[in-house]
Amino acid sequence: MRLPRPTASPLWALLGLFGLKEARWRSLHPMARRVVIAAVVGLVVLAVLGPIFGLDTSALLTYAVFLVLYIPSWERFGRVGRFILPGAILALVVTYPYYNTKLFTIPILGAFPDVHTAVVMLIYVMMAVGLNVVVGYAGLLDLGYVAFYAIGAYTAAALASTQFAGQLPNGNPKRFFSFGSIGVDKAIGGIHISVWLLLIIAGILTSLIGMLIGLPTLRLRGDYLAIVTLGFGEILPQVARNGDNFFNTGINITNGPQGITSMDAIGFGHWLHQNVGLPENYLSAPNSDRLFFWTAIVLVLFTIFCSLRLRDSKLGRAWIAIREDETAAAAMGVPLMRTKTLAYAIGAFFGGVAGAYFAEFTTGANPDSFSFNFSVFVLVMVILGGIGNVWGVLVGAAFLAYLDQAGLADTGAWINQHLHLTIDVPKYEFGIYGVILLLVMLFRPNGLVPEARRKLEFEQGVEDEPLYDLAIE
Amino acid sequence: MAEPTTATLPATSRRPRLHVMGALGLLLVALLIFWLAVNLEKTPAQFFHAFLIGFTNGAVYALVALGYTLVYGILELINFAHGDVFMLGGMISMTMISEVFKLHAGQSALVVWGGVAATFAIATIGCGLINVTVERIAYRPLRGAPRLVPLITAIAASFILQNIALATKGANFVSLNTGPSGAADFLPQGSVFTLGGVHYTWPQFIVVLITAPVLVALVYLVQRTRQGKAMRATAQDREAAAMMGIDVNRTISFTFLIAGSLAGAAGLIYALYFTSVVFYQGFQLGLIAFTCAVLGGIGNLPGAVLGGLLIGLIQAFNNTLSWHAPGSDWTQSIVFAILILILVFRPEGLLGERTPEGG
Repeated sequence: MRLPRPTASPLWALLGLFGLKEARWRSLHPMARRVVIAAVVGLVVLAVLGPIFGLDTSALLTYAVFLVLYIPSWERFGRVGRFILPGAILALVVTYPYYNTKLFTIPILGAFPDVHTAVVMLIYVMMAVGLNVVVGYAGLLDLGYVAFYAIGAYTAAALASTQFAGQLPNGNPKRFFSFGSIGVDKAIGGIHISVWLLLIIAGILTSLIGMLIGLPTLRLRGDYLAIVTLGFGEILPQVARNGDNFFNTGINITNGPQGITSMDAIGFGHWLHQNVGLPENYLSAPNSDRLFFWTAIVLVLFTIFCSLRLRDSKLGRAWIAIREDETAAAAMGVPLMRTKTLAYAIGAFFGGVAGAYFAEFTTGANPDSFSFNFSVFVLVMVILGGIGNVWGVLVGAAFLAYLDQAGLADTGAWINQHLHLTIDVPKYEFGIYGVILLLVMLFRPNGLVPEARRKLEFEQGVEDEPLYDLAIE
Repeated sequence: MAEPTTATLPATSRRPRLHVMGALGLLLVALLIFWLAVNLEKTPAQFFHAFLIGFTNGAVYALVALGYTLVYGILELINFAHGDVFMLGGMISMTMISEVFKLHAGQSALVVWGGVAATFAIATIGCGLINVTVERIAYRPLRGAPRLVPLITAIAASFILQNIALATKGANFVSLNTGPSGAADFLPQGSVFTLGGVHYTWPQFIVVLITAPVLVALVYLVQRTRQGKAMRATAQDREAAAMMGIDVNRTISFTFLIAGSLAGAAGLIYALYFTSVVFYQGFQLGLIAFTCAVLGGIGNLPGAVLGGLLIGLIQAFNNTLSWHAPGSDWTQSIVFAILILILVFRPEGLLGERTPEGG
């Protein structure tokens, strides 16, 4: 794969004018290089951005934390060394709700996200890491990932609300089933399963449906598979929208255009609250968003852990082999169908769990939140961050989710204010994502943080199947 | 071409399953025919009414589907942006008709037809150029890249085109004044003929009137001209075509130009017949048109027309018929279900040839 690198070479050409050579830079000690980069960043921030945007002490503190984490080679400090950096970052993330309001305003992008936004960001991150299993590891382009998300959300919402209560002639609910749910009165009826259990149920159900979709379609070629997934992604929201009365039979599963509302609260119940101190009910707790935030972190960590372990497993290597060359992988004895189906099912699992948790966070499921645009949105997260690399996907997803939730509106306001325009920037959100996708694909096809293996391929070159192989340009 | 073939399971375990799937497919088709026959028997007028609507919509789908098939035939690329080029064709037509030529009811036939013809020329050329630009920017630099990369840039191009329309024409429907027939008011209204209470309206006839010559011109272009020969040669074997002295890049650009022009023509027809276009419409219609192309056999020109007409008819029957029709709430689901079923049961489509890759 030979692709242009138009950004790096002009930079080195420019620096070359001042006697800086790329080879000399590469020969420096890694720590020295990081010191220089950190110093340049600091200079830019302090000398340029600081006076313009009026950065305060919290910006300096943030810079100090950045220096401490970035410069030393922490992974070399003995046996515990490799845990220091991830541990420190995790600690920073977990304590985020305590200091987020005291942070400085990011130039142009606006304030740091509040905790509510951060929860949505984490859910998006989870979806992106899940989609990365399908697109990044196994190389199957899935354009209907939102379908799994929707299935997860609807499963959770339908099984923890009054959706299936039915009605007796005297107006009372027909059925009531409760298993581990909290704060549910028998009088309201419906099915109420513990929302924790539902996360798993939704994940398993979604992966089963993913397998069902995958089995007949996965033998199709890559671009056809993309179309089939897109088709499912288009069908499912329509099923959700029309599911209050399937073909005039009166069967109501999804409650139609209104969606399912007023889901049960998430929480640990009275006994655990009394004896262990865990929160009893998230929704009625005073720091509701924080509880959702920490729970989302646990889910994201679980997703990342699974994702990393899967990547290094036999299955993960089989996925990568299929991604690189299906024929060669098959010749080496990799069972194509089983491996692909598993990738699909596991990706679907995380999509389902993310959907279920999103439903719990917003206490309901609504058919309007599942459009093709959303599938593409998650795909952009994966591609921007670096297909296949969990850490890159993490960064890409968090950044785009922030843009989607708050950053784009702030940026638009800033542009309008300073250039005296009246552009409604968030209106063009997907046009902007289109431009991002196009630019990333043209100039940095492996994303901002490329996967190490891909980077090697990119630099050393591999024989890849060309779209059309002509040397004439 | 050295393409990774989908590895097939041993023939012994594969055969019986295919038979079962084939039988299932046949059963589905039989059920469909039975359903149509019952409806025809119960409400013949409704049936023919639906038939005419479906035929007209199908003509529009066919024009857009041809663009997908042309591009797929030559590049094996699903040009997601094609539906949006069609939408831009509709937008250009709207602008020309209502702002430049200011066509309205009561004008002489000469003015109306002159205006429509000029709009046709501008819309086809404009969309052709847009499509060529998309190819130049989003697909050509990625020729050496893996197959999925241009598919992703195609989606990107689609979003960018949508947002161009959003920025220039706004988020609301752009509309023309409608006459009693439901089509643009400056067109002749009335019926061409009436059969058993079913009216075949002039606007419906005009759709066919524009589509038919375009199709004839396309067939002539592909079958009889030098450039068409180059296109066919490039589609068959790019390397060999290049060795024979065909400028492959130019031929690909030309194919995109033709495909874009067809989308432009479809956009004009859509604007005249349905009288309202909105920026996000192209993508949906593009997916339907892609289904048409797949149904007919992608890469196969007559197949695209056949697929377009079939999908148009199925949609109209579903929306209009009364006996056990799922109704318009399910139109999209049915079209995409057809797409999935075709890809699973018969990926080569109705008229396509079976290729080793099964696609």
